[in-house]
Amino acid sequence: MSEFLQNCGSWGVFATLAAYALGVLINRKTKLAIFNPLLMGSIFMIVFLRCFAIPYTDYSTSAAPVNWLLGPATVSLAIPLYEKWDLLEKNVGAILAAILAGVITSLGSVLIMAHLLKMEYANAVTLLPKSVTTAIGMGIAETLGGTAALAGAVIILTGIAGSLLAETVCKVCHITDPIAKGLALGTSAHAVGTSKALEMGEVEGAISGLAIAVAGVLTAVLAPVAATLL
Amino acid sequence: MKFVFQFARIVGFSLLGEVLATVLPLPIPASVYGLLLMVAALRLGWLRLDQVREAGLFLTGIFPLLFVPAASGVMELGSQLAQVFVSVVIAIIPITALVMAVTGCVAQRCTAGREVPHHE
Repeated sequence: MSEFLQNCGSWGVFATLAAYALGVLINRKTKLAIFNPLLMGSIFMIVFLRCFAIPYTDYSTSAAPVNWLLGPATVSLAIPLYEKWDLLEKNVGAILAAILAGVITSLGSVLIMAHLLKMEYANAVTLLPKSVTTAIGMGIAETLGGTAALAGAVIILTGIAGSLLAETVCKVCHITDPIAKGLALGTSAHAVGTSKALEMGEVEGAISGLAIAVAGVLTAVLAPVAATLL
Repeated sequence: MKFVFQFARIVGFSLLGEVLATVLPLPIPASVYGLLLMVAALRLGWLRLDQVREAGLFLTGIFPLLFVPAASGVMELGSQLAQVFVSVVIAIIPITALVMAVTGCVAQRCTAGREVPHHE
């Protein structure tokens, strides 16, 4: 059985699709934001692996094609971005100001928390890049002396939390402009937030995709500076 | 067949991105290079929208699904997460909400008073 699971290339992809589909069904039936398909799908996946005592590495090997598609999917964010190019050109100042403000808030709040909780340096730098896309964030954490795998987990959890909080935060803070919504989601919750932004609308999705790239690069530049203050 | 060609072009940009990420020493991931290259190609007219559109929108449409394998990796980090549980919870919930609020409010202020065109 375990040999089959190690060599079979389909079960991981199938299980991923099934877990996610179940999440979508529950989300549709209940119409509750907390039953986010990614969150539910991941929980079902973990429960399934635990129940059958399947090692995570067997699953991740078999589901590698799904993970690989993240690359082409991120590249494809160029399409909504290109379609909304004139909007981007007109608001370039607002876009840069908002993303910079978000990145500084993110790094600053983690710094303050690290001081208040007297966190160890390695743990604090692991949390510093939590709002940027895994590909950039895990690299930053590792370079600064944190744990890449833990940073990856925190980053994905941040994305899920951001998607769940998005509607409430936008309502409470009177964020109504589609550009502002997209920037808020992409800067705080990277690609997972962008998938929520795509649900909200085309402009939100396009701008959120742009925010991933800009926030990621700004964080890569500013996180080492923030780390010196720990 | 159209879909195959579209997908091939997108993967081609992914590949170019990976090449750039290997060659250039900047802390930018391959997929972001790929994204920037594709926007540049579209803007410069080297690539037409209809050469990538359907396959690309399919991929962006299934984005959350693609994160399931990576997100399930959390199960491997149980004990590590437990050690830093409080700080992780603070980092992922209130801080994320704060970052979202600050970014959104700054953007809303900066675009306020300006006519936002509503595109189809």
